[in-house]
Amino acid sequence: MAVWLSAGLLIAAACVAVARWNAAPVPHPGPWRIALARFRAHGPAMASVYLLIALLVLTTLAPWLVSYGPTDTLIAPSEQPPTLAHPFGTDFAGRDVLSRVLYGGLVSLPVALLSVLLSATIGTAYGATSGLASERVDGVMMRLIDAILAIPRLFLLIAVLAIWGSPSVPTLILLLGTTGWFGVSRLVRAEVRALRGEEWMVAADALGASRRRMLWRHALPNVLSPVIVAATLGVGHIVLLEAALGYLGLGVQPPTPSWGNIIQDGAQSVFAVWWMFVFPGLAIVLTAISFNVAGDALRDALDPRQVGRR
Amino acid sequence: MSEPLLSVRDLRTTFPTPAGPARAVDGVSFDIAPRETVGLVGESGCGKSVTSLSILRLIQPPGRIETGSRIAFEGQELLSLDERRMRAIRGARIAMIFQEPMAALNPVFTVGDQIAEVARVHTDASRREAWSRAVEMMRLTGISDPGERARQYPHELSGGMRQRVMIAMALMMNPPLLIADEPTTALDVTIQAQILELLRELQQRVGMSILLITHDLGVIAETASRVLVMYAGEIVEEAAVRRLFDAPHHPYTEGLLAAVPRLGEARERLAVIPGTVPPATDWPTGCRFRDRCPYAWDRCAAEHPPLYRIGEGQWSRCHLAEEPERREPQSGSRGAGVLGSGSGDPATLSN
Repeated sequence: MAVWLSAGLLIAAACVAVARWNAAPVPHPGPWRIALARFRAHGPAMASVYLLIALLVLTTLAPWLVSYGPTDTLIAPSEQPPTLAHPFGTDFAGRDVLSRVLYGGLVSLPVALLSVLLSATIGTAYGATSGLASERVDGVMMRLIDAILAIPRLFLLIAVLAIWGSPSVPTLILLLGTTGWFGVSRLVRAEVRALRGEEWMVAADALGASRRRMLWRHALPNVLSPVIVAATLGVGHIVLLEAALGYLGLGVQPPTPSWGNIIQDGAQSVFAVWWMFVFPGLAIVLTAISFNVAGDALRDALDPRQVGRR
Repeated sequence: MSEPLLSVRDLRTTFPTPAGPARAVDGVSFDIAPRETVGLVGESGCGKSVTSLSILRLIQPPGRIETGSRIAFEGQELLSLDERRMRAIRGARIAMIFQEPMAALNPVFTVGDQIAEVARVHTDASRREAWSRAVEMMRLTGISDPGERARQYPHELSGGMRQRVMIAMALMMNPPLLIADEPTTALDVTIQAQILELLRELQQRVGMSILLITHDLGVIAETASRVLVMYAGEIVEEAAVRRLFDAPHHPYTEGLLAAVPRLGEARERLAVIPGTVPPATDWPTGCRFRDRCPYAWDRCAAEHPPLYRIGEGQWSRCHLAEEPERREPQSGSRGAGVLGSGSGDPATLSN
């Protein structure tokens, strides 16, 4: 938890730095710098970034923002509608929903971010290996992906979780991460394949660069942008998926709150206790939409074909 | 001639295709002496580039160099080296520059980074040493303000500047052999001359050999001392550059020379060689040029011509070497007799 606290603040600080950083015009802007400038000019995307920063900061600072712990029961009458003392109301056990939503973000957000980081890493490694491999190895590796992709991810997760039982948070990250990299690997593989035909790849070969060096130095920086876009969109997706799992009772196990299982707690009587799904639902929807908007803007900003357009 | 630097013997490179193996390079042999510039000419699809990629063993599978081919370089047999030792040769002992300097540079790195990369691959130079050598190399290739230019990305440079960057990359390790594959084709004529001049100057300074691949005889005349003419995967003529221009022997060489416009020669139309190179999956039997040759007779269909020795250092893959009287055009031939006649007539080769 303490690790996440500092990590969360660091990420938030880094985001603020990038967003606020006054890009002094440099004489020779590289492709990354040009993309950043374009992203920053995208209004909705920047709004999303600020919203996400706010969410990150709020959840990270939860212990100092709310006076009730997320698992403190009977601090007020149970299922009480929002009041000044408990702005998000209380749940069936008399726990403060505001506290649970904030602490829930402290679980849901790192789960989403870390599992996407994991799947982007695995996907890139697998895809790049496949893309540089011989025709036959590549074929086998990709057919394997096709086969796994034929199973819907949610069903795959439900099946695994049914066998696994109640997962701990690290287990959940591991499961979400290891089931989410198939799409990324295809993307990277296609990019690397296309790069192989580029003359500068042949030129790098002609200059004596090793396989590994060709991959790390020459190919990967060129496939990074689609991976970044896919990962950003992926975070929004994972937030939803984790909520769905939580709702099904397969995700983060109570009493530890997550955005999904708070809604689950109120699922018995949705209309009577509307605050039980409106507030965590809002958090989920805002996060997912923000990541999607930011991802779309990143895609535009990183697309080399958009040079000169905006 | 002293011990050759590069000695290619019976090089055969084939690519499997649905129509059978394409024999892109089909039994090519030649030598390059130290400090010598050899031109390799021919039209598109005759196997020039495949020859150069074969020397560096950069043929992408399923294409392959057939067993029996030999490429000796500095006394080593390149085709039997393992991949690691081959990599040590690429870029350091044999370097290559490409036709499209934009396409051959990685778009996401500064050009300085890319030049320095060569030193980082082949030596244990530190980042800073490699960088300063890269800047020095850029200065040597005539790039003004190299310290500043090194920080630019390929898209910020002009075509000529990019080609200079490619040359700087290629010469970073002082390679004894430079393969230049159409180094000036993508450039403006004025820049073309500058780049050729630069190559000549650098060659004298560092004392390397150059294999210059081009379809432009003008480039060859300015730069090379000896010329190899390639057609349909084979070398059809080899001669010193003066000899080739003054007394070409092979009808294909004649045709190529006639197709070059010259000042002071009135022509209504440029000469062309009729037809195109046949597909590499299906070389004709006998002489591969016979369908396009103005002198072809029955022997050309029956017998594949060997490389005949014509004179000092001149070789030609044409039966005319044994039956020179047939060079007079047959009546009703395709009208190519005006070739090299210098009569000022419209020397149109097309039917």
